[in-house]
Amino acid sequence: MRRFILIFVPYVWLIALFLIPFAMVLKIALSDIAISIPPYVPQFDWAEGIRAFLAQLDLENFTWLTQDDLYWKAYLSSLRIAVIATTFTLLIGYPIAYAMARAPTEWRPTLMMLIILPFWTSFLIRVYAWMGILSNEGILNQFLMWTGLISDPLVILNTNTAVYIGIVYTYLPFMILPIYSALERLDASLIEAAEDLGCSRFSAFWLVTIPLSKTGIIAGSFLVFIPTLGEFVIPSLLGGSDTLMIGKVLWEEFFSNRDWPVASAVAVILLLLLVVPIVLFQRNQQKQQEAEQ
Amino acid sequence: MSNTVFAPWDDPSEQPLIKFENVTKRFGSFIAIDDLTVEIYEREFFALLGPSGCGKTTLMRMLAGFETPSQGVIDLAGQNIATVPPNLRSVNMMFQSYALFPHLSIWDNIAFGLRRERMPKDQIDERVSEMLRLTRLAKFARRKPHQISGGQRQRVALARSLAKAPKLLLLDEPLGALDKKLRQETQFELMDIQEKTGTTFVIVTHDQEEAMTVASRVAVMDHGKIIQIATPDKIYEEPNSVYVADFIGDVNIITGTATPSGDDTYAIQWSEDTAPLTAKSAIPFSTGDNCHVAIRPEKVAISADKPSEATNAVQGKILDIAYLGNSSTYHVELPNGAVIKAQTANTRRISRRAFTWEDTVWLSWTATAGVLLAN
Repeated sequence: MRRFILIFVPYVWLIALFLIPFAMVLKIALSDIAISIPPYVPQFDWAEGIRAFLAQLDLENFTWLTQDDLYWKAYLSSLRIAVIATTFTLLIGYPIAYAMARAPTEWRPTLMMLIILPFWTSFLIRVYAWMGILSNEGILNQFLMWTGLISDPLVILNTNTAVYIGIVYTYLPFMILPIYSALERLDASLIEAAEDLGCSRFSAFWLVTIPLSKTGIIAGSFLVFIPTLGEFVIPSLLGGSDTLMIGKVLWEEFFSNRDWPVASAVAVILLLLLVVPIVLFQRNQQKQQEAEQ
Repeated sequence: MSNTVFAPWDDPSEQPLIKFENVTKRFGSFIAIDDLTVEIYEREFFALLGPSGCGKTTLMRMLAGFETPSQGVIDLAGQNIATVPPNLRSVNMMFQSYALFPHLSIWDNIAFGLRRERMPKDQIDERVSEMLRLTRLAKFARRKPHQISGGQRQRVALARSLAKAPKLLLLDEPLGALDKKLRQETQFELMDIQEKTGTTFVIVTHDQEEAMTVASRVAVMDHGKIIQIATPDKIYEEPNSVYVADFIGDVNIITGTATPSGDDTYAIQWSEDTAPLTAKSAIPFSTGDNCHVAIRPEKVAISADKPSEATNAVQGKILDIAYLGNSSTYHVELPNGAVIKAQTANTRRISRRAFTWEDTVWLSWTATAGVLLAN
C-alpha cells in the first residue's frame, strides 16, 4: 500500500501539471479562432453533448503551419541555433569542468559555488546586464574603443552573436556540472595506465578521459539543447529582427495576433520535437545508472 | 647436469638491468627517497618491502616514469631514464587498483598497449590470444571488466602489462585486493609466469610473506632508505638489524651487553638475576658493547623439564597461548618480567596438548639459533 502511494504521488503530479494542461493546449490547437473570450471556439457545452463538440474540432491549424513557410523556417532556425549554441557551450564548458575536477580537493567546493553563484540573481536581470555590456554604447565597446583596438563600435546586440553569447552564458552551468561529476569520479590511475601503455598525454585524454566522461557530455548537451530549442527570453531581448526562433514566433502568435489556436498548434509541434531528445536523454541517464551498479 | 643457482648479484661479470645511483626524491621538504643506490638484475623477481610511507611506491613510480628523481641517475639497460616519460620506456606497470579501462572489453584492454605501438592487426590478435592463454582468460575476452571477478581482473591487469613484452614489469601490491587463499594461489601463478616469460619483475608489497614467497631478492625499506637487500632466507635467518628482524616474521629481541668468550662466541649479560646467554656471531663485538639477540620463536624449544644439554635455558610461566591451527605460539614470562615467544608445531591433537596456561616450563635454544645484532 505504501509503495502504491509512493508511486502514485509523481503520477498525480504528472497528470495534474503536464497531461491535463497538454490536453487543454491540444484542444485549443484543434479549435478555430474567434472574437470572443476566450478567443476560440468551440466551447464545451453540456447541452449539445460531447459528440457535437468533438465534431467541431479539426486539424486546420496544423495544416496552416505547413502552408506558411515562416513556421518550418522558425523550427529549423531554432534547431540550428540550439545545435550551434550547445556545441559552443560544450567547447567552453568541458575545459572548465576538467580544470575543476583536476583542482586540489579543498578548492573544489569554492569553484562549484562560483559556477552556481549566478543563479542567485534573477535570470532576467542577467540578460538585461548583457544588453548593457553588448550595446553600441555598452561596456564592451567602450573598453575596446578606449584600448584603441576599434574606432567604431561593434554591432553585437540585436544580432545572432548576442543570442549565442546569451545562451552559452545562461546554460553553461548545466553543461559543466554533469561533465564535472563524470570527470571527478574518473580514477587518475587510468590515465597513468594509458600513459604507461604508450599513450601521450593527448592520446590518453582522447582514448580514456573523453570516453569515460561521455555520459556527462551527453547529459550536459541535452540539458542545454532541450531548453534552448524553445528559448524565448534570450532571442527576444538580445536578438534582432532577423533572429528567428520558434519561441519568439509562439509568443507573437499568442500575444500580438491573439491567435490562440495557431499558437497552441506551434506549441504542440515543439513539444513533439522535444520528445525525441528527451527520450534520448532519459536513456543516457538510465545507462549511466546501470553502469554504476 | 649442472644445477646452477640463479644469483646474478653474486657474479661480478653480470651487468645489472637497473641501476639506481644516489637517487633522492623530495616532495617539498619531505624526503621520500634518501640517497638510494640499488642494482636489479635481469630475470630477477625483486621485492620492495616496507611499511606504508617507506618510499617503496615512490621508488616504483620513478621506475615507471610517473615521478622524476630530484637527484641521481636511474639506468635501465645502460640508458639513463630519469627524465624519459612513461610512454617512451620499455617498462610496464600493473597497478594496485588494476586500472582496467571500464569502457573496453578484456580483449581491448590487453590490446591497448599493442595498438599504441601501431603493431599490425594480425600480430596484435596473435599476441592478445597468447596473453589470454597465459593467464587463462580466453573465455572472458569479450566481457567488460565489471563483468568478471576480482581474481580474473587481476589476471587481466597482468596480461595487459605483459602484452608489450617489457624489459621490466612493475607490480604495485598486485595481490592486495584478493582474499588470502586466492592470493596464495596467485603468488605461485605469478612466479610461474615470470619464469615462462623471463621478464624482470619488481614487486612492491607490505606483505612480508608475499615478498618471501615470490621474490629472488627482497629489499627491506624504511624512511626512504634500503635497510637490507638479500635473498628471502638470508633476510629471515641473517637480518642485519633489529628493524629487519622485527619487520620480517615474528622474533624475540633480547637486549644486553656482549663479552667475548671464545671463537666468535659471546656471553650476553641481559638481566641481573639470570645467567648470561651464549650466542655465536660472525660480526665482532668488544667487551661491554650493546647488542641485541634476535631469536625466531620456532627456534626456541619448550619443555617441562630442564634440558640437560642446552646452551641457553631459561625457566618461566606460560602467560598466553596463540593457537594457529598448525602451530601454537607460547608467550612465556620469565621471572624478570621479560616475555619470550616459543613456537611449536601441533603434531598432536589439541586435547593432548602438553602445556597449558600458568604451567612452569623451560625454554632452550642453541648458540647459533639467534643472530647477534649491533643495532
